[in-house]
Amino acid sequence: MASHLDTNVIPPSRQREAPRSGLTWIGQSIKRVEDPRILTGNGGYIDDLKMPGMAHAAMVSSPHAHARIVSIDTSKAKALPGVIGVYTGEDLAGVVDPCPSFASPPVPQHAMAMGKVRHVGEVVAAVVADDRYIAEDAAELIEVEWEVLPANVDIEASAAATGDALLHPDDRETNVALDESFSFGPVDDDFAAADRIVKRRLRWHRSSAQAIETSGVVAHYDAYKGGYTIHCNSNFYNFIPFVIGGSLRVSPGELRIVPVLTGGSFGSKVFSHKIIILTGGLSRLAGVPVKYIEDRLEHFTNSDSHGSDRLYDAELAVDKDGTFRSMRFTVMDDYGAYLQFGVGTHGNAMAQVTGPYTIGSFGMRVMAVLTNKCQQGPYRGFGSEVTNWVMERMVDAAADELDRDPVELREQNMIQPDAFPYMIPTGNIYDSGNFQKVLAEAKQMFDFDDWRAKAKAMRAEGRCVGIGLATCMERSVYGPTEWWSLNNKATPGFTLTSTPEGITARIDPSGKLFITLHSPMVGNSPETVVTQILAERLTVAPEDIVFNYSDSQTGFNGVGPQGSRFTAMIAGACVSASIKLEERLKRFGAHMLQRRPEDVELRNGMVAVRGLKDQEKSFAEIALTSSFFRLSFPDGEEFDSGLETTAVYDHPLSTDPDEDRKHLGIFYPIVGHICHIVAVEVDPGTGKVEMLDYAAVHDNGTIVNPRTLAGQVWGGTANGIGTTLSEQFHYNADGQFTNPNFAEFAMPTANEMPRNFNLGHVETPSPYTEYGIKGGGEGGRLGAPSALTSAIENALQDYGVKIAALPVTPPVLRGLIRDAEKIAAE
Amino acid sequence: MMKTAISFTVNGRTREAFVPPRMLLSDFIRHELELPGTHVGCEHGVCGSCNVIVDGKAVRSCLMFAVQADGSDITTVEGYSTDAGLHPIQQAFWEEHGLQCGFCTPGMLAAAKELLAANPDPSDEDIREAISGNLCRCTGYEFIINAIRSAGKAMREADIQNTLQPV
Repeated sequence: MASHLDTNVIPPSRQREAPRSGLTWIGQSIKRVEDPRILTGNGGYIDDLKMPGMAHAAMVSSPHAHARIVSIDTSKAKALPGVIGVYTGEDLAGVVDPCPSFASPPVPQHAMAMGKVRHVGEVVAAVVADDRYIAEDAAELIEVEWEVLPANVDIEASAAATGDALLHPDDRETNVALDESFSFGPVDDDFAAADRIVKRRLRWHRSSAQAIETSGVVAHYDAYKGGYTIHCNSNFYNFIPFVIGGSLRVSPGELRIVPVLTGGSFGSKVFSHKIIILTGGLSRLAGVPVKYIEDRLEHFTNSDSHGSDRLYDAELAVDKDGTFRSMRFTVMDDYGAYLQFGVGTHGNAMAQVTGPYTIGSFGMRVMAVLTNKCQQGPYRGFGSEVTNWVMERMVDAAADELDRDPVELREQNMIQPDAFPYMIPTGNIYDSGNFQKVLAEAKQMFDFDDWRAKAKAMRAEGRCVGIGLATCMERSVYGPTEWWSLNNKATPGFTLTSTPEGITARIDPSGKLFITLHSPMVGNSPETVVTQILAERLTVAPEDIVFNYSDSQTGFNGVGPQGSRFTAMIAGACVSASIKLEERLKRFGAHMLQRRPEDVELRNGMVAVRGLKDQEKSFAEIALTSSFFRLSFPDGEEFDSGLETTAVYDHPLSTDPDEDRKHLGIFYPIVGHICHIVAVEVDPGTGKVEMLDYAAVHDNGTIVNPRTLAGQVWGGTANGIGTTLSEQFHYNADGQFTNPNFAEFAMPTANEMPRNFNLGHVETPSPYTEYGIKGGGEGGRLGAPSALTSAIENALQDYGVKIAALPVTPPVLRGLIRDAEKIAAE
Repeated sequence: MMKTAISFTVNGRTREAFVPPRMLLSDFIRHELELPGTHVGCEHGVCGSCNVIVDGKAVRSCLMFAVQADGSDITTVEGYSTDAGLHPIQQAFWEEHGLQCGFCTPGMLAAAKELLAANPDPSDEDIREAISGNLCRCTGYEFIINAIRSAGKAMREADIQNTLQPV
């Protein structure tokens, strides 16, 4: 291990439940317990909610990318019958403060623009009316006078912008919000010693998750009843509600955020603070409960959830024999007009930036560039999907330059199975893995050698058929240092190191296990996972477990589904809660059986005497007696009535970043591995890509529910296919967002998915989490773009086409083929 | 705004209402009839989440005005299941993990009902084509296709002919 990592000591494992075979419920594809209510239309999404006296909001959005607001005339709108109120940014600022920001120093943002707008779609005025139709009518009557400013659309141009083109001239005289350089290990020495430096300029374009449900809020401000009650489809409602309370100018005691079933997030609804603050403020101003549901256009242009938009100048230092020595890059990222999460997406990527390979050092310069676009937010991968692609592009480039087989080159540099836990140059560790096994399974499933021969034969017939293979990492279970570890050391910001997950469990007098979750359901399977783990741990029947979701006032320590953390973290909380409940069940049960607690065990929902068949008491009997018959038990608080516990699980394995940032500490250590292999045929005349065969093997440690995990892999892969082949936000020179709708932003339909998709799993349990579970929510999107890009390039090898930017839509591919033909003709 | 009288059947019940002529059928179903199972994803006719069955056809309720439904027979997701249990298509979606967040699901179910009514034994390509007008961002579609295939089989075996009515 390199010496810069000497101070980063791996803490001991806190695992209590060892991975093992022969489990009853963990590992079974049980049907999801969430589904019946959803399938019958009773899910309870945000727009399903109605409150007495509820009014509806509609927004006036900026048509300009960058403009000063000269004046706003709301008189006609206010005069429309049915309108309750019309409000501008200045009005809203009377009741709310600027939005919270994780960036340090923050880039100030208001929930409604004040003074000027910085992207198309930014809200400048709002109408609250009796119904949405009237609200939208009134919004059209609002007249805004603008003074248009120069729009920043291009990353490099914006980084050099001055004068009127500056987005935040009061705060900074540049559009570069952060520019930091890092060297993890002897990068310069390694580059100097290498035989060859492979260089590529790589571009990853902007898109976003676009869950089928948009963001929405129902807010009610009632000064006399104690502040705000806010229903919303945010993931993050229970972790830092006080931050939102700060913007709403209320104490946490005056803010109750209530979760709803969320119609998909993929990261896009992790925080959603702006719409909460906006709608909350409108309710306070209008004096009525207010519902505001983004329409699709607003979700595209203003929901603060755009994905990565990066330009890399990357270098890989390799030796003649193919050994990777070091990697470094400069990356400019177009964050849009604001910077809500700082450069957290780059912090995230540091978890696995060197991929599955033994690379001794790594260096980076990261520049966060502000432009006149909606700001970035999380999207499945949170930045690591891009670095996975960059790493795999660089390996393919190295194979090209060294004239090596790209698969053999990967195998040569792969971390060996006996090297875990393995610390990468940034200081994060890979807890466990067997990359060779994953690769072997994928090759076998794909019939790799056979396919290579077939593809060669097809190319000989003049068809553009190719194969791509990617071996990528899937970090899971994040620690929050990723939010701030890349910040300037002088202004590190809110140096958070906790990401806990909690659970409340109660056995009621009927014997049912009532569970309160402190994080919402967003399309993941929280109830199913908890059912399986608690049924396993407490020997109860799954149908005896009942679920509820806390709000921000009754809740406790829930960070929610993000960063592929929820399953592993809630499993930890379930084990903690089970240990506590088991102790109480045994104490009460043993007393009822006239035994000592150490003589009894849990068996099929009973407390039973070890080794004896009929000496047992059901959980229901024990719960009933302990709840209602206090005098049946001895004095002493250990026999306080009822069976209830709240348990929390803290991050299982993290360390602080080094003070001088020689390393970033351990922050994302529960690491899975992915191998995707795909065969494609490209029609060189149209640029259309058809996937002929697809194999994906994922290692997510111990699997709780194979079918729900498969659903995540499938869905993530579909997202990755879209990212690679079709999804891109387009802007013209004026900063107009030209395709913010489902007709022109082309997400894959069933027809665009591969017909032959084979999914396999390898299970290398984590030594650090309960039962060895790893997260698996992002893997598809973390692997598909690399494999598919590689396959397309392979298919077009006779043209000499090189792919350096995504997506490769049909017109883009046609352009690349045309350019290649021109070069060949010259 | 002036309202127009309409009468229609929804999930087997005859109803009458006064609606503004510009009110979308999707908004009418969700907010006036208070049947929230019909979801609105894009309001421009692409995503298919708002599909409902109108006179035997799966239609985009966001592209139809409520007044156009005058005299129609409408079935929404709330009308698929009965007290006896889930409709076989819903049951198949449950068993085959054909949903994650569930937001697109009512539209997918409507597309599946329309398909299986016309073609009780569809090929996988038929299924893909039938749901190609419905966007799902969670599943990657594979398990939805499995679910519809499996629903078709279950319905053939149970000899359920008219998939457009509750069973």
